[in-house]
Amino acid sequence: MPNKTFFWFFLPTGLAMILFIGLPIISTGIQSFYAQHDQVVKEVKKCDPFGCTVSIVVDQEATSVLRDERPLGKFNGFGTYVDRNHLAIEQISEFWDETDTLGDFIDQVTNLPFYKALLFTLTYCLFVTPNVLLLGFIIALSLNAISRKIRGPLIFGTILPMIVTPLVGSLVLFWMIDAEGIIGANLQLMMEDPYLSLKSSRTLTWITIIIYGIWHHSPFAFVVFYAALQTVPQEPVEAAIIDGASRYQRIRHIVLPHIYPVVTFVALISLMDNFRVFEPIIGFSAEGSAQSLSWLIYDNLVNEEVILFGSAAATSMMTIIGIAILLAPVLIRTWKEFRTAR
Amino acid sequence: MEYGLDKRSNALKTFNTTFIIIWLLIACFPFIWTFWGSFKVRADFFSRADWWYAISAFNTLIETGGQFTSNAYSEAWTEGEFWKASRNTIIVTVFVVTISLFLGTLGAYALSRSTERYAFWILIAALIFRAMPHITLVSGYLFPFFELQIWGILPTTIVVLVAINQPFTLWLLYSFFKTVPKELDESALIDGCSYFQAFRYIIMPVMWPGVITAGLFSLMLAYNDFTVTALLLNQENHTMVPKIQSYLGTNQHEGNLMWAVSAVVSATAPLFMLVMFFQRQVISGLTTGAVKG
Repeated sequence: MPNKTFFWFFLPTGLAMILFIGLPIISTGIQSFYAQHDQVVKEVKKCDPFGCTVSIVVDQEATSVLRDERPLGKFNGFGTYVDRNHLAIEQISEFWDETDTLGDFIDQVTNLPFYKALLFTLTYCLFVTPNVLLLGFIIALSLNAISRKIRGPLIFGTILPMIVTPLVGSLVLFWMIDAEGIIGANLQLMMEDPYLSLKSSRTLTWITIIIYGIWHHSPFAFVVFYAALQTVPQEPVEAAIIDGASRYQRIRHIVLPHIYPVVTFVALISLMDNFRVFEPIIGFSAEGSAQSLSWLIYDNLVNEEVILFGSAAATSMMTIIGIAILLAPVLIRTWKEFRTAR
Repeated sequence: MEYGLDKRSNALKTFNTTFIIIWLLIACFPFIWTFWGSFKVRADFFSRADWWYAISAFNTLIETGGQFTSNAYSEAWTEGEFWKASRNTIIVTVFVVTISLFLGTLGAYALSRSTERYAFWILIAALIFRAMPHITLVSGYLFPFFELQIWGILPTTIVVLVAINQPFTLWLLYSFFKTVPKELDESALIDGCSYFQAFRYIIMPVMWPGVITAGLFSLMLAYNDFTVTALLLNQENHTMVPKIQSYLGTNQHEGNLMWAVSAVVSATAPLFMLVMFFQRQVISGLTTGAVKG
């Protein structure tokens, strides 16, 4: 296709992506260097027969004029990045001097909002991704052994958790797991602990959200693995059976190597999706004990008094860097393959 | 994988069946339970006294005189203005699907027929864009949208959702277009068609399965979106998912929880119907990119 034709065909979608994905990333980058204005204060002198007092009040008018003039806020450089709510460089060096043991130090650091969120996000990725791969693979193997006639409805049932939006999925689970729901109430009876509830402990909340993540993402892994299983050639499998390979050996040495590229694909997609975990925190009302990077940004953007654009943008930039680190190995590999292919 | 030689022992078969049944219970029961509970009153579905009330309908009988009640639905749809939210969802979904398919088919066709190196880089860039968490993009939108005074209205959200959806649509349609033989449009070009005519009259008619799949995924994205719609729309224009969240209230015990339950069921039912109808397309869409490597 000539370049000119390509250009006209690609223009609409290219424009949409540049305007609404490319530019916002740049806009986020710019915003992250600004912080909201401080309020302008003025001294007011009040005199009465007993003398004069000077008090400091907020000058509403001047503040709003300043906000209108420079809506982006004041230039802050990397100030937002290093403040207490983000990288907290100062606080960390303080903790380093103050604390005696490494455990104490880590405790202190993971109490800072950014590191707390990072810790949760990484824990979530670390537990959900491998379990999703494993459970998806087992379901695929298992369904593949079931008679073809009834597979259709079974597949439909299996993919339900994936097609609902995360907020709805987590709400539906939350209503069951909560102390007043069917599972929560029965757990209380079984454990004989009337105060046992999701919100009572941080660990329980984390475990619940991780279980939700596995529940929500496994169907995707299942669908892809199931399709890949249909393409496994029969001859080597039959040869292996004749040679006396056990079921486990067949899966380990024939099926798995065949679908290996698909496994990396699913792992990558699932890692990308898990890194932006956000809606389940709202669905489970777990803001108190579990916060993710995406949730921090959301929280800044729905702030009641002033929207903290700068703070949200700084967290966004660091999230994008996180995504870049996750994607880097894949991109480097693609590039190498592309170069050798040429 | 139906092994002709493979003989499964009965124990394995039983184990397999049990596993599938347990998994299906885990996957489906929450939805069935929510559907069941949406016809009860709050004191039953969220019972502090005894969870069995949700089944025996103890309080529902006292409050409404019947085993089942559709009060939650009628209140949420009228008083809770869920009708408005669902109307907004329909508007957003219809426009997002139409526009994304239009832009996506054009772009993906060009990508699949180009032999230049930049086509490869565009696809890689699309992959990177696909990985961006939506909330980071929203944090980039808010400020300029406030300044331009286009925040809060449906058209802005539609355009944003279309753009966010493009990378995935492009990849999906690209792999579908790749399966259409090049000779088809080349012969049309030799016969004197322009590229656009070849695309419109030769390629599109054989592309319907791919277009339906891509359309379904755009639809699911627009229908299910929370991040963009919650932050870019004002209260009046909220679609279904942010509306459900607003029923929850800040504290779980304020807000009208049963409205949320019935709203969840109302929002999920059409989606399930759709997927039941188009199950084959959804699965082929999820696997085209993956299986062909």
